[in-house]
Amino acid sequence: MERFVFLTFDGLSKGAVYAAFALALVLIWRGTRIVNFAQGAMAVVTAYVAYSVSAASGSYWAGFAAALLGGLLLGALIERGVMRFVEQAPHLNAVTVGLGLVLLLQGVLGMIYGNEYRPFAAPVGQEALTVGGMPLVSPFDLFVFGAVLAVMVLLALLFTRTATGLRMRAAAFAPEVSRLLGVDVNATLTLGWALAAAVGALAGMLVIPTGLGLHPTAMDLVFVTAFTAAVVGGLDSPAGAVVGGLAVGLVLSYVSGYFGSDVTPLAVLALLLVVLLVRPGGLFAGVRARRV
Amino acid sequence: MTLLRHLAVAAVAGVALFFATYQLDPFRNYQLATAAAYLCAVAGLTILVGQSGQLSLGHGALMAVGAYTVALLQNAYGTTGPWMLAVSLAAGALVTTLVGAVIGLAAARLRGPYLAGVTLAVAVTVPAIATTFDEVFNGDQGLPVYVDPPPAALGRFFPNERWQAWLALAAALVTMVLLANLVRSRFGRTLRAVRDDEVAASLAGISVARVQVLAFVVSAACAGLGGGLLAVLAFSVSPSAFSLTLSLFLILAIVAGGLGSLAGAVWGSLLLVLLPQVTESVTDQLTLSPAVAQRLQGNLPLAIFGLTLIVVMIATPGGLQGLIRRGARALARAARGLATSLNRRKVGT
Amino acid sequence: MHALPDATRGRRVVRRGLAALAVLALVTSAAACSDDGGSGPARADVPGVTDTEILVGTHQPLTGPAAPGYSKIAKATEAYFNFVNAQGGVHGRQVKYKIMDDGYNPANTQQVVRQLVLQDRVFAILNGLGTPTHTGVLDFLKAQGVPDLFVASGSRNWNQPDKYPHTFGWQTDYTVESKIMATYIKNEHPGKKVCHFGQNDDFGADSLAGVEQILGANALAAKETYVPTNTNVAPQVGALKAAGCEVVVLATVPGFTALTLGTAARLAYRPQWVVSSVGGDYLTLSGRLGPEGTPLLEGLVSANYLPSVSQADDPWVQLFRKVNDEYNSGVEFDGNVMYGMAVGYTFVQVLQAAGRDLTRESLIEAVERGGFKGPGLTPFRYSPTDHSGYSGVRMVVTSNGVQTPVGPVYVTDDGDGPVTEYTEPPTTPPANGVPAP
Repeated sequence: MERFVFLTFDGLSKGAVYAAFALALVLIWRGTRIVNFAQGAMAVVTAYVAYSVSAASGSYWAGFAAALLGGLLLGALIERGVMRFVEQAPHLNAVTVGLGLVLLLQGVLGMIYGNEYRPFAAPVGQEALTVGGMPLVSPFDLFVFGAVLAVMVLLALLFTRTATGLRMRAAAFAPEVSRLLGVDVNATLTLGWALAAAVGALAGMLVIPTGLGLHPTAMDLVFVTAFTAAVVGGLDSPAGAVVGGLAVGLVLSYVSGYFGSDVTPLAVLALLLVVLLVRPGGLFAGVRARRV
Repeated sequence: MTLLRHLAVAAVAGVALFFATYQLDPFRNYQLATAAAYLCAVAGLTILVGQSGQLSLGHGALMAVGAYTVALLQNAYGTTGPWMLAVSLAAGALVTTLVGAVIGLAAARLRGPYLAGVTLAVAVTVPAIATTFDEVFNGDQGLPVYVDPPPAALGRFFPNERWQAWLALAAALVTMVLLANLVRSRFGRTLRAVRDDEVAASLAGISVARVQVLAFVVSAACAGLGGGLLAVLAFSVSPSAFSLTLSLFLILAIVAGGLGSLAGAVWGSLLLVLLPQVTESVTDQLTLSPAVAQRLQGNLPLAIFGLTLIVVMIATPGGLQGLIRRGARALARAARGLATSLNRRKVGT
Repeated sequence: MHALPDATRGRRVVRRGLAALAVLALVTSAAACSDDGGSGPARADVPGVTDTEILVGTHQPLTGPAAPGYSKIAKATEAYFNFVNAQGGVHGRQVKYKIMDDGYNPANTQQVVRQLVLQDRVFAILNGLGTPTHTGVLDFLKAQGVPDLFVASGSRNWNQPDKYPHTFGWQTDYTVESKIMATYIKNEHPGKKVCHFGQNDDFGADSLAGVEQILGANALAAKETYVPTNTNVAPQVGALKAAGCEVVVLATVPGFTALTLGTAARLAYRPQWVVSSVGGDYLTLSGRLGPEGTPLLEGLVSANYLPSVSQADDPWVQLFRKVNDEYNSGVEFDGNVMYGMAVGYTFVQVLQAAGRDLTRESLIEAVERGGFKGPGLTPFRYSPTDHSGYSGVRMVVTSNGVQTPVGPVYVTDDGDGPVTEYTEPPTTPPANGVPAP
């Protein structure tokens, strides 16, 4: 029982990070129909920014803020500077550019910072609080839950209650009509990328302290898992991204705990197949038009 | 008619390559063999993605299936005769075909990024299978692969690398001829019809799911052959040789070479083998202090590779083959313009 | 089939011609870019050896997730070679070290080693790093007759003189080390529950075999494994805690040692850690854990077959520190740098022993003659029937942030031989730091 509770909380904590990252992927997908393969590498760049700023200023929160701001900037930069040219091209071209970006960013990071794993501090303790002798969540886990929840609420408010959010949704759903109505579609695309990159940066800040350390390839596996989570939830659905992320986190934790860590990829594949066989558009896929 | 033309082209290419293997040094022959092995997989993948419109991010894992099959067969029966290698490679392609059929069936209802997601999970899972069942597959360390030395008839000092190049090139030529025929055939037209407009194709009576599964199966067979060849060339097979990175590099190859085009597959395979080495030698020319050199080593080629891909994709979305097509059109236009102006002068207009 | 219009036909011809030209251009440009390493005319019969130079090569994980810290080893070896070259080299020849990155991926190792042997024509492969990576090239190196010296791994694969007569290990085998670690545990922590947590490959399996041999086949309360691709070790550490383990033997690479310690701290679990030399270097671990995590290293027990870098009065440490400052840009002097320079030292010893008339055969014979001393704590076991390398370790304990040796040096073998003390006095380096001819 104790083990189950521990694994549950561990899974939810990791799952929250996957949820955040999947949200970033969904944001970009809804806006541009592109899967951003460079999302992980971008998160690592902002994590390094946080690392440098924290080291220079001595404050974790300065670095945290720098990472989020850097994410906004980086997302906008990449969209304006690189992705803009492939948004109208076949989707595969965007995938290739994304992969090229990953190589470029990782190579540049390696050149600037070297390939050692750097310890990445967490803002609060990672020792689990015990309730009745059972280790449950750690303050860091609570911080992760809180941060991801805040992000989701903020994004939901942005999209449903603000004019900007409405414009972004319109531009994603019907770009031509939106242009006719005076929406600056290009600007909303850039904003979408900037927001997604900031969310990805947050996810990076939350997950890197729990791994081997800060390293140019630190987010590679997180990307794969989060993409899987987004697909499970349905790429068009932010709620799906969150549910998918938590589900994948839990599955990984239980399987690793009860069956061994080498079986976990098989479990993820099984989950994916089971969900997609029943609902090919993901758990929260919208209703498709009837086929004649 | 088409088959004869393809065979003729293959024969000419085969003869040219045969002589080339005598001109190249052992290392270049090894690179040529590696490129040919990649070509089998890349050609199948470009058909799947370009002509059938299904994105697979897991073909590296399918190559692994072929490679491990060949490894296990060769280690058990490799010495039974000179034809055993062909049997192993065929078996590798066959087993991969079966696995491809399973995946294709499971994913038949999926489109676009959802298919990509499943194939991505496959790409990560298959290496993990080797780790889980490590009594058979020896986990992360992989297996050695027994391969007969070149036949004694070729001489005692015949370089192994040339023999490897012959094997791989022969397999690649066979694959290319078969795929070229496929593209030109009725099945090829059906593929493209489904890619371009699924609803119209199904209204015309085409079974969309069956066509897509078949395309997946064909590309899986090619990947299995390519993976088996890689195992034979390297004398070893291990999970990290067929990681997610390989699957992604295969995608890079087909897009940079020219999506959907078999000639593009050739460029893509050459790119996979040559570009890393070219970037390495470029960075070797720079002389730097040890600390800086240590940082740059490995990372600068990576960055250059990434930058090249981005630039190529933005500047020439049709890949290298698209660039060549445009160049050909431009040259032809220039030639015609020249001919017209010459004509005019002759007639005295 | 109607005839194609002229324009299309012409276009097609031009396209095919352009295609052929492009292939030619690509292949020739790549061929032209090939390296021409080495100065002076090469001797017709011995690859990599000229009158003025010896070229050796290695494959190392300079990039990639599996091995940070390891990237410093080859540069340290090269620094030592430069030190020796500045004093006249070996029998008048400069030693050049070509370091190639394989990212700990066996497929890359295949390419890189073939490039070194077939294109760069190196004299020998030295200190190739990694069990999965190097195992794949053993057959190729044997077929080409290339000396394969001092593989950077403790696997027993390199000790197969009949199957791979040119391959030699260097560092202490994992089983030898774990037998000694288990003996230490038996003496210092009798009666406590012992467990093992290792990597899911030969490294972990060899280490486990040694522990079980000394403590008994069913003596361990729990045995867990990890895979380097899964960085969440909380389930495994939780299982160790649930089994009540008081002493845990770790067969982990540095990244996972740090991860395990950190995860255990989060679970409020503090057993006695006994870590393999592979993942037990204090400075490497401290760098990973950062200033907040470093206190977790207090009391950590590990093993070493080389002098500890913290022993400032050890003559080997002093020599290599000096070389590090002058020839290696003064990078942080940790266990990896010490390792790299020690390998370089042994290789120079072998070159000296092989003589001025240097061939691949004379090199192999020189290694098998053995008798080399230092910098390690134990003798080498090189002989025509044993290619394994160092024969034992000494335990080290971390206290007050310093890793200091404790107890005597022990030697043993891979099998069921006893663990015995090695009582010879430690070796000292020559005055000029270069092995004598």
